[in-house]
Amino acid sequence: MEARAAGRSAPRRSSARNRELVALIPVALLLTIGFAAVFSQNDSQLGNLSLSYGLYFLAVCLATHIYIRIRLPEADPYLFPLMALLTAIGLVMIYRLDAELARDLARDQANWFVLGLVLFAVVVHFLRDYSVLERYRYTIALVGIGLLLAPRLPLLGEQVNGAYLGVRLGPISFQPVELAKICIVVFLASYLREHRELLVVGAKRVLGVTLPPIKHLGPLLVVWGASMFMLIFIRDLGSSLMFFAAFLALLYVATGRLSFVVIGMTMFMAGAWFIYSTVSHVTDRVNIWLDPYQDPSDAGYQVLQSIFAQADGGLFGEGFARSLVVIPGGAGDGLLPAAHTDLIYSLIVSELGLFGGAAVISIYLLVAARGFKIAMIANDGFSKLLATGLTTVFAFQAFVIIGGVTRVIPLTGVTLPLVSYGGSSILANFILLALLLLISDRARREARRDAPTPPTGVWS
Amino acid sequence: MNARILRLFGFIALCFAVLVAFTSEWAVFGAEALKQQTANKRPLFKAQQIKRGRIVAADGTLIAKSVGTGQGASRQFIREYPTAGLFGHPIGYNFVDLANSEFEKFHNDELTGQNSEFTTLFDQIRGREPVGNNITTSLDPTAQQAAFDLLAGRPGAVVAIEPDSGRVRAMVSQPPYDPNLIPEDFSELSQDPAAPLVNRAVQSQYPPGSTFKLVTAAAALDSGNIDLETLIDAPASLTVQGQPLANSGGSAFGEIDVTTALTNSVNTFFAKLGRRVGEETLYEYMDRFGFNQKPDIDLPDFQLATSGVFDGADLLRAGEGVDISRIAIGQERLLATPIQMAEIAATIANDGDLMKPRIWDRVSDVDGRTVDTMEPSRQSEVMSEETAAQLTEAMRAVVDEGTGTAAALSGIDVAGKTGTAEVPGREECAGLPNQAWFVGFAPADDPQIAVAATVECTDGQGGTVAAPIAAGVMQTLIGG
Repeated sequence: MEARAAGRSAPRRSSARNRELVALIPVALLLTIGFAAVFSQNDSQLGNLSLSYGLYFLAVCLATHIYIRIRLPEADPYLFPLMALLTAIGLVMIYRLDAELARDLARDQANWFVLGLVLFAVVVHFLRDYSVLERYRYTIALVGIGLLLAPRLPLLGEQVNGAYLGVRLGPISFQPVELAKICIVVFLASYLREHRELLVVGAKRVLGVTLPPIKHLGPLLVVWGASMFMLIFIRDLGSSLMFFAAFLALLYVATGRLSFVVIGMTMFMAGAWFIYSTVSHVTDRVNIWLDPYQDPSDAGYQVLQSIFAQADGGLFGEGFARSLVVIPGGAGDGLLPAAHTDLIYSLIVSELGLFGGAAVISIYLLVAARGFKIAMIANDGFSKLLATGLTTVFAFQAFVIIGGVTRVIPLTGVTLPLVSYGGSSILANFILLALLLLISDRARREARRDAPTPPTGVWS
Repeated sequence: MNARILRLFGFIALCFAVLVAFTSEWAVFGAEALKQQTANKRPLFKAQQIKRGRIVAADGTLIAKSVGTGQGASRQFIREYPTAGLFGHPIGYNFVDLANSEFEKFHNDELTGQNSEFTTLFDQIRGREPVGNNITTSLDPTAQQAAFDLLAGRPGAVVAIEPDSGRVRAMVSQPPYDPNLIPEDFSELSQDPAAPLVNRAVQSQYPPGSTFKLVTAAAALDSGNIDLETLIDAPASLTVQGQPLANSGGSAFGEIDVTTALTNSVNTFFAKLGRRVGEETLYEYMDRFGFNQKPDIDLPDFQLATSGVFDGADLLRAGEGVDISRIAIGQERLLATPIQMAEIAATIANDGDLMKPRIWDRVSDVDGRTVDTMEPSRQSEVMSEETAAQLTEAMRAVVDEGTGTAAALSGIDVAGKTGTAEVPGREECAGLPNQAWFVGFAPADDPQIAVAATVECTDGQGGTVAAPIAAGVMQTLIGG
């Protein structure tokens, strides 16, 4: 089964790269058009920069593309253009906000994007054999937990809206949770790769429920504990939900036992319920989610403004740069608080409508599809689980924040991957991309080597 | 493992589908409900950001304009009314955070540019601010001013309509109010016992008195019940439903025709005529004139009053215990708005056809291109041209030799009818019991303008108090 799938997808290396190159063109066009649109609306404030921004973006993407061509010739051709597309959408929306809020966030974000690609290249260069990650899995797990704890450290930590998500080092503010998610996924993939057989074989049926063996339960309880711990100490329902979802997804894919997932979910819910009823910050967040109208001008303000902004969108939106963000006569994004980070999806729906919002969600779905495709093609367990975990955590992060601003779940402050403003998010997600492309390149290379018929050399 | 990965992908796709479903709820299906939420200030801010179109008088005098404050996204517009109280009625006001009224409210879509989808889309592509269309009205500032001058502070109303088109040339309600003061003084103005915010021309229901005899005469002549030669005995007084019904001044007229009866406003003649015509026929003609329904004019429905016979708030129809003899002379529980009485005069002036009254005349976009023009349209065929001509002759006699001589203009033939309704016991009138009326049109042979003028709380007569006001307004409109 797997061999057939692998054989069918044996790639012709340059045709994959050519597809990537072609896919980058619409991305650069979108960015150019978007910037030009902002420029045409605000010609008094902004110089003739929009076209050069587009060219600059295209040049950076081309450089990355050439680097991938050399170092990862067989890697998935769609992931990078899809991620570049998300970044471009984010850049355009942030650039549009800059014009109104008189800030320079788009420039910073563009710099983060370039830095993210540099980091991407560095990871690809030094982690050609990413299986070394398995060797350091406990170190990586410790680093991940350390990163999660950092915001609670005195001097370093920063509290935003009641949640401890930020770390401040001098002028640089950093969200360690973004990097921690990769560390945790690497650890889980590695750990589950080794223990999955034991978890399945040693499982016992108790009262009709299949339970994992007690002695291997420990590390799983640790993950559960870590999620609960995050809820209590970081006070962030969103990121702990994101981590726990990735954990359960990996557990399911590794063991194939849905009962483990059900048990895990029950435990998470029980823990979440306990924390909901004891930690006031979480109680407030949940109550606001259930009934934002109880305090529309304060606690419920942000989520209400989020859905009010979406209500203005309709099917096709109010038009680019036409949504109200600033309270007339006021300053700042008072009418759509955190429009460049938490509420950027609401801004997209407000200006580009349900179609714009659905398009963004579709891009995340395509990223997930490509990520899982990589996991399916990969040959070894670690690669499969790592690709699955990284893809799940990426997709679930999008779900948590979009779900938050659309009132599917309580609103919490994680970024919309690559679209929201934020350096940590961009950097972490390009590391994530590097890992996925490394897995993909190796998997396809091996598949080609093992393929029954060698590719015709027309293109290569 | 691959099957599990596929299932996981399916689960994530399901989660994303939920996100799309919720987005659809907020952005499309539940969007209207969200816009109605009081916590949602976005619609308000958006309305403030639209540059509302101008409203100008027929001669180009600026009645309402929007003035911008602030820059960029915080730019908002505030309404200014350069002519202050002159057009407070019927133009009304528009202050986004307070509400809007009258003409401003009725024509909101045009003034905010919401009726031109294509323009909006085009503007979006060009990135232009949303701009409303301008409206030119048929109102004449000189006539408005003349009406105020002649009312001289007495509460009342004046309506002037072009008979053949329905164009409203003047609509005045005394006391006036200055729409510029609405943001500051709204609660004070709305509680003022003199009710300056009420547009008496279309919202106040007054007993019409003898001016209603025109309707009775039209019904009788047009239905063939009588002709100009028909004589009816008109004693000094009758007893109707146990109560005496007497002529003003108490004189007996003997056998007279309808022209004489109109000229001298003979109550006993019309009381008998009303009975002779019958409830069904009289109501039929009232309906044709526009009674028993809201006036068909470009003002918001809630700011319009119906004319008819009222038992409290209930409109009484034929056969519901109405006293037809007293209705025929404009008494009983009959109430009429000034616009309704102006429409009666305009119908007779327009050979028996009632045209729908309209305040707006033309809508033009911000570049001055005409977007829409008012096309005069007929509301109903009330009576034959012949009946209208016969009534016109009788109304000329009223002004030449009857009760309405004060409406006479030098060099212009005026046709009209006076009315004086006694409304004893109205508290706000402090012992001044009369409602004085004059309805008419001029020139009688080629009518250009039809007018109704009424004054509340007076001890004078329609012929002495209201007729000069109507005459003065007609003169400004014919002379100009």
